Amino acid sequence: MKGLWARFREIRRYPSAIVGLSLIAVLAVVSIYTVIKIPYPEAVRLWRGTGDVWGDNPRNAWPVWINLLPGINRPTTIVRQSGPSGTKRVFPNGDVDITFQFDYPYDGFPKELNIFFTAAYTKLVPYVTVTWVYPDGREVLLRQGGVKTEQYTVAADKALQARLGGLSPEIGLFAQPGSKDRPQSQKGKYQLHINGILFEPESDLDAKLVIYGQVHGLAGTDSQRRDLTLALLWGTPIALVFGLVAAVGISMSQFLFGAVSAYYGGKTDTTVQFITRVKMVLPTLPIYMMIAMFYSRSVWVILGAVIILNLIGGGVLTYRSMFLQAKESPYIDAARAYGASNRRIVLRYLVPRVLPVLIPGFVTAIPAYVFLEASLAFLGLGDPSLPTWGKMLNESGIAALLQGHYYWVVQPAILLMITGFSFALVGFALDRIFNPRLRTL
Amino acid sequence: MTTMTDEILLSVRGLHTWYELKKWGFFHAGYVRAVDGVSFDLRRGEALTVVGESGSGKTSLLKTILGLAPITKGQIIFAGQQLDGRGKSLAWLRSQVGFVQQDPYGALPPFMNVRKILLEPMLINKFGTPAEREQRIREVLEEVRLVPVSDFLTKFPHMLSGGQQQRLVIARALVLRPSLIVADEPVSMLDASVRVEILELMRRIQKAHQLGVIYITHDLSTVRYFSERVFIMYAAKVVEKADVREIIHNTLHPYTKALLAAIPDPDPENANRYRDVPPGEPPSLVKPPSGCRFHPRCPVRIEGLCEKEEPPAFEPFRDHQVECWLYRT
Repeated sequence: MKGLWARFREIRRYPSAIVGLSLIAVLAVVSIYTVIKIPYPEAVRLWRGTGDVWGDNPRNAWPVWINLLPGINRPTTIVRQSGPSGTKRVFPNGDVDITFQFDYPYDGFPKELNIFFTAAYTKLVPYVTVTWVYPDGREVLLRQGGVKTEQYTVAADKALQARLGGLSPEIGLFAQPGSKDRPQSQKGKYQLHINGILFEPESDLDAKLVIYGQVHGLAGTDSQRRDLTLALLWGTPIALVFGLVAAVGISMSQFLFGAVSAYYGGKTDTTVQFITRVKMVLPTLPIYMMIAMFYSRSVWVILGAVIILNLIGGGVLTYRSMFLQAKESPYIDAARAYGASNRRIVLRYLVPRVLPVLIPGFVTAIPAYVFLEASLAFLGLGDPSLPTWGKMLNESGIAALLQGHYYWVVQPAILLMITGFSFALVGFALDRIFNPRLRTL
Repeated sequence: MTTMTDEILLSVRGLHTWYELKKWGFFHAGYVRAVDGVSFDLRRGEALTVVGESGSGKTSLLKTILGLAPITKGQIIFAGQQLDGRGKSLAWLRSQVGFVQQDPYGALPPFMNVRKILLEPMLINKFGTPAEREQRIREVLEEVRLVPVSDFLTKFPHMLSGGQQQRLVIARALVLRPSLIVADEPVSMLDASVRVEILELMRRIQKAHQLGVIYITHDLSTVRYFSERVFIMYAAKVVEKADVREIIHNTLHPYTKALLAAIPDPDPENANRYRDVPPGEPPSLVKPPSGCRFHPRCPVRIEGLCEKEEPPAFEPFRDHQVECWLYRT
């Protein structure tokens, strides 16, 4: 057997472990990036959606990468805002002309269409004429009249719907002429003209056009228009930290209890084993649920509860038997015979022998705790303020599947699987390195 | 022996080593009598062989001498100092006694290299300066013929052959310059080809350093290579003590006769011969048989005597003791 470090380096011989390590490295880089780029309070604020953070996002939109699949070309969200970039012209008499131009090369139709007006006036509201120009040159009047600072929900304009021949505006405004029964989208450059007549010298008018696409962002959006990228990103550090801290704390503690139990023997051993066995038949899930329901649902409180409830557990028995076996090795007798102290025997002769069993077990334990956190969150006991993978699964629920929002369920599930898979790959390789007996069996 | 002096190195008086048996971890349930009244003297530079089958208590005897098992009754006096199994006398004893074990691979910590293995006893016993320690490691490796030394220093036990591992174990036993070596079946797990080599190595070292050696074996055939005096142990007691030649040519105890008969002899005629081996198995050490412990298996037992009274040590010939009623005087 070689030194501990040399054996860690042996992992290079296992391609599966290299795949696992690379996946873990990617997850770690994502975590670090996330924590730096979107600090914790910012993430909490965004996820709560305080103010109108997500106003420009469509509801339940698929992720944009779906367009990479052959035959799929769904509209993305288009946002145009009037400003000094040339979209807004102010005439000497104070009148305003806003023109938005955009390209629409997609199949299908947007989910919604909104125009947000920002009007500055004291008494007399600006008078606007809003005209829609198709790529083929046809024009439709959307609205004429006075506007305040308001949201014009085009899709809900019944008068416009009538003018469009009964088609719902978000479809009718993008449909080819004569495709009424099976509307086809007309591709090309669209224009929206907003002509505003202002009646006061200080009056001003600005507008924002939002065409809510069917796809949005890298991970899509949920039913509250929140960008799921945020949840997927922030779920990574939480999952890794939860798994790692729980696995470190629990493995260390169980290792220690196992060592104490085996080394001192007698009544200490009997007591530790008794407590362990009692603990092993206690159902822990209801305890977590009670803590979450009656005390706190904070992910950090749950993490503490997981560690405390597992300070003693099945691992104690494993490590105890390992220690007992190592304790009876002839080389321990030899060490005693040349006068090694108890302390030296434990630290220099027993621990190096048992550590190889601890390490692979520790690595494979990490995803177990990641899954535990996800399961608790899935049961509705997740942290109320933080987005985690389990919480996404909880919020999407069966309804998302029934409505076809598969992305909402599949993405966090895939990330959970990748995490479990990568740690398992590394754990299995370490197991083979540290327990050479597995290689021959 | 030319190098032998009359100075007594180790004196064992009426030694008993009993292990307590417990029921459910708490209640007393009797004793395992692993060593039951053993006495002998070992002079400086003398080699002594203890022969017995598995479970006869020979390893327990040795562990008690090493201070690894408790002394239940009796005395161990090492170089004039009585051992109480505690504190300073134990630490001193441990620097004076080298231990060679049966399974060389198990006896070496698998995660330490050769240098570290030899350094450990010296570090623990505060032997010399760092430079002296390095010097001693080289000396001792040369002595057990693990040469060239520099090739071996960084090797781990699994990289050595069985014979090399046992040489390393011997080197470790020698590294503190002990005055007594106890060897627990040092060659029983080695190939026949290296057995003699290891035994001759131990013999040479013993003579060169005037070491007292207690050599334990179940295999009488290896005794001839090694020592002057032989003890035969059966069921925790020494049943026959004599010189090696005497015991082979003038065997007294029925058990010893059976042991000698069991030595394999590479003669093709043996395939057709039936050997007379005593029936039954070694007795339980928790409840040993009454009287002579060998009587249930003894082909020549004296009815009415052997199963009732324990035989004392008789000395029918000079320096040849036997605990058997057949030789009562």
